[in-house]
Amino acid sequence: MSKPKVAFLLSGGCGGCDMSIVDLSDALVDVIPQLDIVFWAPTVADVKYKDLEEMPDKSIDVGLHSGCIRLDENEHTAKVMRAKCKVLIAYGVCASLGGIQGMGNMHLKESLLEYAYKYSPSTDNPDGILPQTKCLVDGKYELELPEFMPHIRTLDQVVDVDYYLGGCPPHYTHVAAAVTAILTGKLPAPGAWITNGKAVCDVCKRNPTANGRERKLISSVKRTIDGSPTADGCLLEEGYLCLGPITQGDCGSSCPKVNIPCRGCGGPIPGVKDYGMRAISAVAALFDKDELVDQVPSPTKLFNRYSLPGSILGRKIGGFRTCKKLK
Amino acid sequence: MQKIEISPMTRLEGHGKISVFLDDNGNVDNAFVQTVEFRGYERFLQGMPIEEVPRTVSTVCGVCRGVHFSAAAKATDGVYGVEPTPTAKKIRELFLNAHYVEDHCAILYALGFPDFVMGPTSDPAGRNLIGLISAVGTETGKLVLKKRFSAVKIIEILGGKPLHSVAALPGGWSKSISEEERLQMLELSKDLIELGQITLKVFDDVVLKNEKYMELVVGDSYKAIVNYMATVDENGKCNYYDGTQKVIDLNGKEIVRFKGKEYLDVIAERTLPWSYLKMPYLKSIGWKGVVDGEGTGLYAVGPLARFNVCDGFNTPQAQEHYEKMLAAFGGKKPVHNILAYHWARAIELLNAAERVQELLSDKSITDPDVRAKLTNKPNEGVGIIEAVRGTLIHHYKTDDKGIVTDANLIVATTNNKGPINVAVRRAAKSFIKNGIINEGLINMVEMAYRPYDICFACATHALPGRMPLEIDVYEKNGTHLKKMRNF
Repeated sequence: MSKPKVAFLLSGGCGGCDMSIVDLSDALVDVIPQLDIVFWAPTVADVKYKDLEEMPDKSIDVGLHSGCIRLDENEHTAKVMRAKCKVLIAYGVCASLGGIQGMGNMHLKESLLEYAYKYSPSTDNPDGILPQTKCLVDGKYELELPEFMPHIRTLDQVVDVDYYLGGCPPHYTHVAAAVTAILTGKLPAPGAWITNGKAVCDVCKRNPTANGRERKLISSVKRTIDGSPTADGCLLEEGYLCLGPITQGDCGSSCPKVNIPCRGCGGPIPGVKDYGMRAISAVAALFDKDELVDQVPSPTKLFNRYSLPGSILGRKIGGFRTCKKLK
Repeated sequence: MQKIEISPMTRLEGHGKISVFLDDNGNVDNAFVQTVEFRGYERFLQGMPIEEVPRTVSTVCGVCRGVHFSAAAKATDGVYGVEPTPTAKKIRELFLNAHYVEDHCAILYALGFPDFVMGPTSDPAGRNLIGLISAVGTETGKLVLKKRFSAVKIIEILGGKPLHSVAALPGGWSKSISEEERLQMLELSKDLIELGQITLKVFDDVVLKNEKYMELVVGDSYKAIVNYMATVDENGKCNYYDGTQKVIDLNGKEIVRFKGKEYLDVIAERTLPWSYLKMPYLKSIGWKGVVDGEGTGLYAVGPLARFNVCDGFNTPQAQEHYEKMLAAFGGKKPVHNILAYHWARAIELLNAAERVQELLSDKSITDPDVRAKLTNKPNEGVGIIEAVRGTLIHHYKTDDKGIVTDANLIVATTNNKGPINVAVRRAAKSFIKNGIINEGLINMVEMAYRPYDICFACATHALPGRMPLEIDVYEKNGTHLKKMRNF
């Protein structure tokens, strides 16, 4: 069998997804010869970017796209990747759902810019200026900056996506499993997440049902500053709003392992369309009294921590919220 | 006037670009490094519970996986007016030092060494991590990656997630270390020490023993003559996690020391219309523009700044290498030769490895008391650490429920914004003469910012590898003359 042709693109992200591949460690040196890496920008491949544009359509077997869509450049490269790749994978939660920076969608672009460049305490801005897309410095040097799009989008809001991979970033064991699936051609049905299909709870040692106990209702809402969880109890039961029940557990339950509740970076368990909505209903259904709902601090930035751009809420426009049409 | 745009393929990532302006003789008149990246963390952190901030703000950068998390953790202590328990401090320091090892390793092998191992004017296609591995051999490549991963394992044991960790809490850490984990990490720390030693040997063999490279390292082309800022412990030694911030002038004289919120008295960030990255300067000197040399208000941070500001390292092997490096520059500090950043970085890798081993050798790190009680109302806190790339400041204000109302981040690369501009302008002036520009020259200019391990808005690393650049040469009337790309 010929080696699969693979491309990796880092778009609007933090570089953590690239590092998750570097974290394959010495196995990376063994994996690379099994793949025909035709493009890994801007990192490893010897092939140049223009060559990607010139490649025949659908000539790459698998494309991995990390990062959300923030700039028009991100949109352009997403479209190029889509055209060239037979299979396109949204790699990591930013590409899949928008990621942490997607919380920027709760604020208007102007508000993000003005706070950073005018109002933050160490800023010195006597003339009250903002960075300009075009400006003339010292009367002779003409400089340009790209315009920012008003909001962040997920990869599938720009092009069709074949598979999704959760995680911020994906755990290195999950990366290894995904690479194996690619190498052996054992990918799931198109449109699916590449996952072991288990929730964080399913792989969490604190899970009461796995320990033969019935799950109790939540009697108080706690923040991690409010005391410590018991050594082996369920965080959610104890009031720490852990999103483990509706989050894919390909991480091996990394956060509950160190006594910290899950925030959903793994993406939704199979069958869930809107992560935030499902998270709200899953948690609220466990409250033993309705008043607890009002005790949840900053609910949107909790339930949609990693998923706002890909949610029904979407983004803020002016004083109103907009809705994304469900597919 | 001609304008040359050196643009990292913004269609790919959009982090930064360089515009070089030529005069009528084809010599460099001026150069600007622009940052084209902005994400607005300072605004959207508002409204979040403060204890959620460290794990959230970690995602500012996935390469600097341990630094925003650590600085924010310290800031949350300040918000609650609480001192973490001694064990929690040790765990946090251990975590940060393990991160130093894996990050410095990635930077040196992916960004720094390829220029030297393959040569600065070699084919750009081979000047990357894979090129390096084929040059040094697969087995060596594997060995380095494996030993680096031991540091990642330590991060994972301590922090939960191996990247964008979660275990920091106001006043401490969410888990204690078992004796079994301590012994496991102590074993792993051997790999870290060996990695430090191997790395310094590579640097020695490839750079220090090569006269041509040493000319570049100690010569005048790669320089930014500025002030320096770093964190020192009570003995004046370099400390990454805690201490006092010290600023020296370009002749080595101390200007000021500060802690916590006093940063607002010492530095200000100038908003520039031509970049999404603000440019900090020392308030005592004032805003003097983008110039270096006597009277400049600009300051640099990072490995070379730490070398310049601190009286050496707190571990024996690193101290030995520090003295060797100092001697190579005639025993004189500050050193303004920016290629020396890589040397200092290699020494720091060993220092951090030694510190990891030291901390793990002490059984007291397994004490279960890892969280201080929060008794005060939350209010305001500043956390300052030495991030791998330099001094990093996180500042938060909250309401009385601990919900963030204000956030301010000054990241290492922001601090270096001025020096990077100065260094690139100087290198461009050295290497672009009479309008003659070729591929090798592009890389020589790139080498002027690579030592800073540029991390624009700490948001868009081009790692592991190189920043793709595009140079467009325009005539004074705007006619396009030539296009060159390194990608």
